[in-house]
Amino acid sequence: MEWDWNFVWQIMPTLIDGLKITILATVLGAAVAAVVGLLFAILRMTAPKPIARVTSFIVEFIRGTPLLVQLYFIFYVLPDIGIRLPALLAGVIGLGLHYGTYAAEVYRAGIENVPRGQWEAAKATNLTGRQTWIHVILPQAIPPMIPALANYLIAMFKETPLLSAITVLELMNQAKSVANSSYRYIEPMTLVGVFFLVMSLISVVFLRWLEERYARMEER
Amino acid sequence: MTDWSGYIGLILQGALVTLQLTVMGSVLAVIMAFLAGLGRVSRFTAVRVLATTYIEFFRGTSIFVQLFWVYFVLPFAGVTLSPLQAGVLALGLNVGAYGAEVVRGAVKAIGREQREACIALNLTRGQAMRHVILPQALPLMLPTFGNNAIELLKGTAVVSLISLTDMTFQAQVVRAQTGSTLIPFAVILMLYFLMALAISHGMRWLERRVTRGLDGVRS
Repeated sequence: MEWDWNFVWQIMPTLIDGLKITILATVLGAAVAAVVGLLFAILRMTAPKPIARVTSFIVEFIRGTPLLVQLYFIFYVLPDIGIRLPALLAGVIGLGLHYGTYAAEVYRAGIENVPRGQWEAAKATNLTGRQTWIHVILPQAIPPMIPALANYLIAMFKETPLLSAITVLELMNQAKSVANSSYRYIEPMTLVGVFFLVMSLISVVFLRWLEERYARMEER
Repeated sequence: MTDWSGYIGLILQGALVTLQLTVMGSVLAVIMAFLAGLGRVSRFTAVRVLATTYIEFFRGTSIFVQLFWVYFVLPFAGVTLSPLQAGVLALGLNVGAYGAEVVRGAVKAIGREQREACIALNLTRGQAMRHVILPQALPLMLPTFGNNAIELLKGTAVVSLISLTDMTFQAQVVRAQTGSTLIPFAVILMLYFLMALAISHGMRWLERRVTRGLDGVRS
């Protein structure tokens, strides 16, 4: 079978539609992951021992099991107990929970890397807990986290094709349906690969820039 | 009441396929990781470019897309693979690309003075790598290799989508036949978690073994 450019242009609009959903899922998933990750990190660091331990177990469990099965779980099992979610929402929750556990580690490392002296100085200058977090700890903890978080954002973007398994019409699913109706697999599948490769190569350049910028800030 | 014993057998059969994929995929991944990782620090430009292309390509697209490409597009090029072969190939090449960066990082992390000592002792490049650099770099790689092996285990779930009868696929079969969703999925989640635990414990044991005798060599 030969590569057919006419067919490529014919299916392009469908694939672009899918790409939009892919990006939407990535952005929403990232937002959920950022919040869930912070929640996990705070629970593990400040909650009383039993709660912290349960949180640790949940985080380990989510990290040790495949995202695909978690998506199935959210999409197929939750309706049994009366929670019926649209496919995209289920996908976003799954992505957010899964990558939230990774983000939690980044938050924890970032916060723990702030030297003890900073906490003591904040106490010595009589800052309240809130002031300490907002004006002393977080401004120092967040910049070094940014490259690591961006790294997981790219990883999450690459995992979005899994959402096609729970019927979200994103890039991969559009490509599959085009392939199944026309019996041509080469163009759609290769194009999906090219789309992802191009987007992640661009994001790698962006990531290098972030790393350089925030590494420099740390030296100051 | 449904007879669960038959269904449990089905899921265990799937678990066996998942294990098989994980082991075979890991072997391929380790081979690719060393080939490409050492290729990236090669003195020949062509080898470096080849290794970098491989790594960027496989890290740039997801395992899902690669698997579909191997399974659906390669047949048109005359290469027809069984689902198991396609799964092992895609998983091994994908995780191998991540492992290659680990190998490169660990080799680079070995101090300059070690290389200089090798030159002073008149070791060839091959000898230096085999007897001096790699034995010290290996303990640095193992923890990340463990994480990569867990990523590979999690990646195996995707092969159910090219109709390979792994654990996830069998859970879907059980769901279709019994109409029960909670039990099959909860069971396989537990099994995946137990396998991940086994990998991380195995890796910790291996780490203790290879670092034995290295205490005090490096501060």
